[in-house]
Amino acid sequence: MTENGRFGIHGGQYIPETLMNAVIELEEAYNRYKDDPEFNRELTDLFNQYAGRPSRLYYAERMSEDLGGAKIYLKREDLNHTGAHKINNVLGQALLAKKMGKTRLIAETGAGQHGVATATAAALFGMKCVVFMGEEDTRRQALNVYKMKLLGAEVIPVTTGTATLKDAVSQAMREWTSRISDTHYCLGSVMGPHPFPTIVRDFQAVISKEIREQILEAEGKLPAAVIACVGGGSNAIGSFYHFIDDSEVKLIGCEAAGRGIDTFETAATINTGRLGIFHGMKSYFCQDAYGQIAPVYSISAGLDYPGIGPEHAYLHDIGRAEYVPVTDEEAVDAFEYVSRTEGIIPAIESAHALAYAMKYAPTLAKDQSIVVTVSGRGDKDCVSVARYRGEEISE
Amino acid sequence: MSRIREAFAGKKAFIPFITCGDPNLAVTEQIVLRAVDAGADLIELGIPFSDPTAEGPVIMEADERALKGGVTTDQIFELVRSLRRTVAIPLVFMTYANVVYSYGSERFMKQASEAGIDGLILPDVPFEEKNEFQSVCHSYGIDLISMIAPTSEGRIARIAREAEGFLYIVSSLGVTGVRSSITSDIGGMVKIVRENTDLPCAVGFGISTPEQAAAMAALSDGAIVGSAIVKQIGQYGKAAAEPVAEYIRAMADAVHSL
Repeated sequence: MTENGRFGIHGGQYIPETLMNAVIELEEAYNRYKDDPEFNRELTDLFNQYAGRPSRLYYAERMSEDLGGAKIYLKREDLNHTGAHKINNVLGQALLAKKMGKTRLIAETGAGQHGVATATAAALFGMKCVVFMGEEDTRRQALNVYKMKLLGAEVIPVTTGTATLKDAVSQAMREWTSRISDTHYCLGSVMGPHPFPTIVRDFQAVISKEIREQILEAEGKLPAAVIACVGGGSNAIGSFYHFIDDSEVKLIGCEAAGRGIDTFETAATINTGRLGIFHGMKSYFCQDAYGQIAPVYSISAGLDYPGIGPEHAYLHDIGRAEYVPVTDEEAVDAFEYVSRTEGIIPAIESAHALAYAMKYAPTLAKDQSIVVTVSGRGDKDCVSVARYRGEEISE
Repeated sequence: MSRIREAFAGKKAFIPFITCGDPNLAVTEQIVLRAVDAGADLIELGIPFSDPTAEGPVIMEADERALKGGVTTDQIFELVRSLRRTVAIPLVFMTYANVVYSYGSERFMKQASEAGIDGLILPDVPFEEKNEFQSVCHSYGIDLISMIAPTSEGRIARIAREAEGFLYIVSSLGVTGVRSSITSDIGGMVKIVRENTDLPCAVGFGISTPEQAAAMAALSDGAIVGSAIVKQIGQYGKAAAEPVAEYIRAMADAVHSL
């Protein structure tokens, strides 16, 4: 990373002047605490005692045998408290916010996992919490809306634009400009203005730190590939980070192609987007010829975002990571297959990574291994997957 | 003297903001022409953006209406060329970084400059990111206008020293929109600006009444009004030119009476 939070040409701080001192204050606080032994002891304690870390690296033997080829390991972030990787970042940011004297957390959420995680941390730390969620998503993920309220958070449905994740981010930014002194914006992915992409990555990097130790113990060598789904890209960068210098490990991010990258109903940013500036960062975005942000689509509310984190854009530019599109249909197939074969119901987001792994593993030799990050659990997705298959169920 | 400098010469300036293409470009043109007659000293022309993160609901909805109507950046350049046949006051664009960047900053500034644009305001480009746009602005004689906010403590001097055109002082925390009262220490912000630059400064965000406009202009060199105008355009639609001109006249008179 270069100065001013740049990853190659990507990143930066494209935000209103009103917020500049807030992000500078955040950066100073983060630099003060990130290597502080006391801060790290507290965070590790929260990870281990509260969130249930380290998460398991599970050898999916039945899948591996059924598909043939490389051994498939699943990094079980779905087993974390609150059911997804999101809690790693949230505990880190909430602890940082507490050290900064903030008493109120605001957040955006797509699938609701980050909102639930933020509401959870706010409850734990005795902080106020307001979550912005696209109205469309509050319908797709009604259970998570209930959970956030149960945890004491206020959920504000966002009706502007496409009423999905990008609009929730915009509204959370607007809220932050109006109330900064007591409020920390707990951004949920490796996106937004510097220092967020770096802070969120560092808190999520625990995933690849554990994978590295676990796979070396299990296999005695590094995996051939690490595969994760990418919306903004926090579980993916967390899964990749400690392998970036190991050029023999392929890093594969799976984007939500929706109904296909040759249609307009897609959210595959690297595969269909162009360079742009939005939500505080320079990166790739789905947009029209005049730079208007495109309405994106995916069955997965968590990947339904028109941009991608700046570090992923950089890893793409230099060819270190590969970003592949996975359609709704492929993700739903994988959701069902992994449920049936391993007894693990993955989040529909994670099912995008599993879908690609199912195609990729058979191309490798039996003595190789791959790691797929199961970023979250799929309970929240059963209703929408059932609907996708033409079956109406009620919760 | 530049057109922007002239707008503030010997008087306080009244600066209306108008979203281009809401409800359509023909009405935008009428409103601008009437606003000039009504006493506007400088006009901010908004190029709509799909996701304007610094705007409150009023301007957000105007952007949405304009984009739904199909307005494009190229059509807005055409509007400015047409306005310049008769309009002599400075015109500045207000839009978001991606509208300029995606069009190609060089290509955008060339078109804007040839059409007769004097300045550019990009609310999502702070001091730290301005160089990549400012260098291109300079090649085409366009001022990149800087903003100062109530939270800019410790940054005002630096921003003012490198500012050009005029300084846009954001009156309050939060996004654009009408406010019943403005509680920030505008006088304190202006004082630091004056210590660091000769450029004029105008106050915007939250101003809707002639009294507020006069009070803000008294503390600085001018008043900027956006949401209150855009709200009326939303209400009156294609018949907006007349009532908006009346409103602008009342506001401009209040500012000019100082």
